[in-house]
Amino acid sequence: MTSTLLELSNLTKVYPGVVANDAVCVSISFGEIHAILGENGAGKSTLVKMIYGLIKPDAGTMQMFGDEFAPSDPRTARAAGVGMVFQHFSLFNALTVAENIALGMETPPPMRTLTTRIREVSKSYGLPLSPDRIVGDLSAGEQQRVEIIRCLLQEPKLLIMDEPTSVLTPQEVKILFKTLRKISAEGTAILYISHKLEEIRSLCSAATILRRGKVVGTCVPKITSARDMAELMVGDKLAIPKGNTSPTGTVILSVTSLSVRSSSPFGMELKDITFEVRAGEVLGIGGVAGNGQDELLAVLSGELMCRSSMVNFKNVDVTKLGPEARRQIGILAAPEERLGHASVPGMSLTENAMLTGATREKLSNRGILNWHKTRAFAERIIKDFDVRTPGPENAARSLSGGNLQKFVIGREVLQKPEVLVVNQPTWGVDAAAAADIRQALLDLTASGSALVVISQDLDELMEISDNFAALNEGRLSTPVATQGLDVEKIGLMLGGAHSTEMANV
Amino acid sequence: MIQLELRPQPSATMAYATPILAVVLTMIFGGLLFALLGKDPLQAIITIFWEPIFGEHSFYYRPQLLVKGAPLVLIAVGLAVGFKAGIWNIGAEGQYIVGAICAAAMGLAFYPTESIFIFPLMVLAGAFGGLVWAMIPGVLKVKFGTNEILVSLMLVYVAEQLLASVSLGLLKNPEGFGFPGSRNLQQYASAHNTEIIANTGMHWGVVAALIAVIFSHVLFTRHRLGFAIRVTGEAPRAARFGGVNPSQIILFCLGMSGVLAGLAGMFEVAGPAGQISIDFNVGYGFTAIIVAFLGRLNPIGIVFASLLMALTYIGGDIAQSQLGLPAAAIQVFQGMLLFFLLALDLLTNYRLRISNVERKS
Repeated sequence: MTSTLLELSNLTKVYPGVVANDAVCVSISFGEIHAILGENGAGKSTLVKMIYGLIKPDAGTMQMFGDEFAPSDPRTARAAGVGMVFQHFSLFNALTVAENIALGMETPPPMRTLTTRIREVSKSYGLPLSPDRIVGDLSAGEQQRVEIIRCLLQEPKLLIMDEPTSVLTPQEVKILFKTLRKISAEGTAILYISHKLEEIRSLCSAATILRRGKVVGTCVPKITSARDMAELMVGDKLAIPKGNTSPTGTVILSVTSLSVRSSSPFGMELKDITFEVRAGEVLGIGGVAGNGQDELLAVLSGELMCRSSMVNFKNVDVTKLGPEARRQIGILAAPEERLGHASVPGMSLTENAMLTGATREKLSNRGILNWHKTRAFAERIIKDFDVRTPGPENAARSLSGGNLQKFVIGREVLQKPEVLVVNQPTWGVDAAAAADIRQALLDLTASGSALVVISQDLDELMEISDNFAALNEGRLSTPVATQGLDVEKIGLMLGGAHSTEMANV
Repeated sequence: MIQLELRPQPSATMAYATPILAVVLTMIFGGLLFALLGKDPLQAIITIFWEPIFGEHSFYYRPQLLVKGAPLVLIAVGLAVGFKAGIWNIGAEGQYIVGAICAAAMGLAFYPTESIFIFPLMVLAGAFGGLVWAMIPGVLKVKFGTNEILVSLMLVYVAEQLLASVSLGLLKNPEGFGFPGSRNLQQYASAHNTEIIANTGMHWGVVAALIAVIFSHVLFTRHRLGFAIRVTGEAPRAARFGGVNPSQIILFCLGMSGVLAGLAGMFEVAGPAGQISIDFNVGYGFTAIIVAFLGRLNPIGIVFASLLMALTYIGGDIAQSQLGLPAAAIQVFQGMLLFFLLALDLLTNYRLRISNVERKS
């Protein structure tokens, strides 16, 4: 077949205890946008790292342009025409866009030539970006453009994108997709890794679905329903949580004209935030990371202090209470950063259960810790939330991200909070576990708790929230009922600084 | 290529093995150093490690192990509390000096009255002196965010000036024929920190050290405050989230190490040293930093580490007098121990992999 750019045959990679890739066969044609779909741990990253020369396969072969292709390192892969944009950017914040791009090149041209080239590429692909700006000042979307342009300058035949939309606003996603379509129209194939089904349906012309290292199916995403793809990916029926009707319970948490400076110099100041949450209600708060999400959670959990009467719990001012005192009355939280904030990486799960469970679970009696009881609590979390670990004596950092997330959410949910504030509850968690977590959150509201769910996953918020509001530059839009919202309206709510970029295109 | 790989779990084996490995490496490289100085390395090592316990004059040296070990344990246990929380009190030497001055002043204020209350009052005064000196960096850190490493370290030199001043003035022995230094507390029964069992080196400081070890052990394994200290050290953000008040932890940790260092100074001035003098302090406060790490910040580990350090002190003295090794060489030898320990410490959390560039995804 002459139209085949890259042919992977029986690629296998085994790690101790796990087969990351088991005889994977994928064929990618010139100019196609090919999706690699799978849950966390399905082997997507391993597969593309083999193509990019970061990992050597144990068995199997790759052919590019019909020739044997076995890159020993990324440099060889790049020379052969493979470019990759990683999920986490490798950029120097203090340097300019052009300097960053020059650093990534084998033989960088003189700076003047390079700036002109960057301008050309950025213009022709519709990626607005000035080469002279300092990377540290750029938004996540713009930083991603730096990475993409860096790849495009090498004129790749195959561009690998690893979960590119996880950090973008809907508008930025649109710009990105336009660019990707243009790149593919010029004959460059794109290998697009994601677990966001709707994106794949709108963008990709072919999809390979991985589960536990094996190819479990291929499909044409445009004519396959998201549900069918999800079922292939997950393997069993997806438990779609049921949304609840508009709650009429009493107001449990109310925030009035909350303004507070961040404790970190790089943080976002919260400006005049007002909302209330009723018993049994889920308030979904959307927005791109860095717009005040961390600060909002910190203010509600008691980590960040604000002026009196700004935060009220059952009509009582709680602004003077610290995290422990708030837990005592029933305000619990689960921060986004799993390692180092929600949990202590080097400590065991038992010790991490103690971290927030001490008071409500009565794990300490006048300061004396009851480790026996704590261990039982940790075991209960592990069992109820299907945390995959050999036991509670294992360190938090030894768990995979998704499993630790289940533990962190489980730890708070099992303490029966009256108010639970979560930030990115299912970030990096596979579809089945994410569904479980959402269901657990909904069950909690069914028993009368009030929830504030901060997330960047809009689909998730649509699915579980009764009301929706968006954070932008530290301001919160007025919460509105989720029913009747669509992605366009949400995009406008997220609006602000990011929507101006659309005008520049 | 050698690569470091983060272990999913800190290795328990390595946590115990590294101090021993560090001691062995110190012996090897210390031996090399002694050989370069033209001494017989084997002889030097034997003199340092064997002579004090099993040698000809060991009846004299063995009690010294406790005498020198007790202040190290007291100070190191206190320092370890702070180190676990990531609070670096480097100024234990100063707190030790001020504790001793306060204790001696308290005792001498009663001279020559004899009473059983004098010694306990001196203990309180010693603890108080250490506490006050440690609270200076503590309060400054809490109020103004100053760096406790610098402030506590600089206060050591202030304390040394204070020591010189009182030795020559306030606490100077009026019957001392003009020599600097206070009255000898060993000759003042009510104030003397005597040996509880004769010729064993077992004085009240040893008892206090053991109590401190047990207290600290219980604090870290059973008490919420100890847990909060550990969480603060490992993940400050998680500690804040867990409800730990950072200021409280800072003040407690510095206060605790100050009290224990002050007590160590008290037992020293009332016992083995006997008097306040210009050269009263011999660096226990600094050596205790090594001891705390050598003992893996674990109270029981610190006991062993203190005995080991006391051994190198005593053995080092013997090596100086018998083999003519320079004092600086002994200090280098002790420094090596900390160096190797900290370097090997990496192996607890990382493992070495000799391989190609492949990494697990």
